Amino acid sequence: MRARLESLLLPLAVAFGFVACWHFAVKWTGSDIFPTPRQVLTGTWELVEKGVLFKYIVASLFRVATGYLLAVFVGIPLGLLMGWFTRFRMALNPAIQVLRPISPIAWIPVAILWFGVSDVAPIFLIFLASLFPITVAAMAAVQNIQLVYIRAARNFGIGGLELFKKVVLPAALPQILTGLRLALGVAWLVVVAAEMIAVNSGLGYLIIDARNAGKRYDLVVAGMAMIGLIGLGLDFLVRRMETLDEVRWGLSR
Amino acid sequence: MQMNPHSTETRSPRAKIAVRDLWMTFKSPDKTKPDVHVLEDINLEILDGEFVCIVGPSGCGKSTLLNIAGGFFQATSGAVRIEDKVVTAPDSRHIFIFQENGVFPWLNVEDNVGFGVKRSTMAERKKVVEHYVEMVGLTGFGKTYPRELSGGMRQRVEIARALAAEPDVLFMDEPFGALDYLTRLRLRAEVTQIWQRERKTVMFVTHDVDEAVQLADRVVVMGKRPSRIRDIVAVEVPRPRDLDDPECRRLRDHIFGVMGLDHSGRATEIRGVGAAEEEDETEGKVVNLADRR
Repeated sequence: MRARLESLLLPLAVAFGFVACWHFAVKWTGSDIFPTPRQVLTGTWELVEKGVLFKYIVASLFRVATGYLLAVFVGIPLGLLMGWFTRFRMALNPAIQVLRPISPIAWIPVAILWFGVSDVAPIFLIFLASLFPITVAAMAAVQNIQLVYIRAARNFGIGGLELFKKVVLPAALPQILTGLRLALGVAWLVVVAAEMIAVNSGLGYLIIDARNAGKRYDLVVAGMAMIGLIGLGLDFLVRRMETLDEVRWGLSR
Repeated sequence: MQMNPHSTETRSPRAKIAVRDLWMTFKSPDKTKPDVHVLEDINLEILDGEFVCIVGPSGCGKSTLLNIAGGFFQATSGAVRIEDKVVTAPDSRHIFIFQENGVFPWLNVEDNVGFGVKRSTMAERKKVVEHYVEMVGLTGFGKTYPRELSGGMRQRVEIARALAAEPDVLFMDEPFGALDYLTRLRLRAEVTQIWQRERKTVMFVTHDVDEAVQLADRVVVMGKRPSRIRDIVAVEVPRPRDLDDPECRRLRDHIFGVMGLDHSGRATEIRGVGAAEEEDETEGKVVNLADRR
């Protein structure tokens, strides 16, 4: 009970201290561009009243969800196959290892060239950004499966697709989930960057637009705060999945 | 016993498992290193319903022999036959129990035990699962996941899962090797009881001579690699067996002698010193595994 109270109070104290420092820093430097915490709050309220905040959040989340889910549906099967079939891995792994270190940001000009200023460009970028961590996690997960599980299943007469469904996938699931969490974090980072350049809506657009149209830094920081809070929420959702009995065995914590 | 009067074969017609002229060499993947000769000319017959233990120093190939019989490895020459059929692949009538514990951590106890059940209706499956969960003393743990169980309980789950597939042969590869001493003692007693009830044919590999004497109808003693069968010792002491029983002690000392040790661990033969070192290594491995839990 005491530990729980502490785990709640300590971060709150730090947050309060941070906001206080921020407030006084702005006051003492006399900055008239950078906002105080209070100005950010009123800025946020202004966005709510204009009805854009909710709209932009939905736009960003929609892009992330679409690109991310596409990556899940392509990346998990691809990674499983690469983990299981040596030939498949030999053929595809070099290509993936070359594409993987290219920052999704570097793809922005290419995405605009291919898809123009539309929803497709950021979705493509999020797909790319999520695909590699998911694929690599699924591949490594299969390669790390303890041989004893495969042998036991074979002993009971399980083979082929059934082996995949009953043993390979569940045995790989904890590590795949770790990859999914990583990928979601990256996707949320990338959507903001993509929206700054490729579209006219979303939280990334809000930030760049607020700066360009009159140096409204109160709205810039409001957008940043929103991005942080939603990112926290997304991570919380994936962490909830990690407490399921089907995967908890494979996650050290 | 005259089972089949028409049989003209020299092989005993009652043999459930017959190992014939078995040789095993592991080819080294690295050409600069020599191939490893593990088993030489192994011949062994195991009767239906018999409990046979295979003992030997670690690295002697006893586990390899079991893996060939289980269909997981291919012998270099010779073959293992079960009911006159050459073993070429794993078979759900011959279930293998692993030292490293092959219980699936993503399934609860019930689903693990039910994994290999061949019955078709749900009601029958449930009955079989309940029966074997009860047999290994895990009633009430059906919905529990393996990570919440102790090492000994997990090994019980694996035994129940094997039995629930209703096999006629069990291969047990140092199944208690990673458990603490007291748990091992308890599980030995339980396995004896279960075997007396079920009368499966059991091939049981261990490096623990006491364990072999306590469990087996016959103990197959193997030497250092490349190993041959050095002796086959029949244990005709009624179960449950007390290790302080004079006959058990005599057999144990005899087996230690065959392995090249007296029971205090001193070498008695020229090859004995090596054997003593191997045993130490094995003990170290067991301790490490226990620590990791």
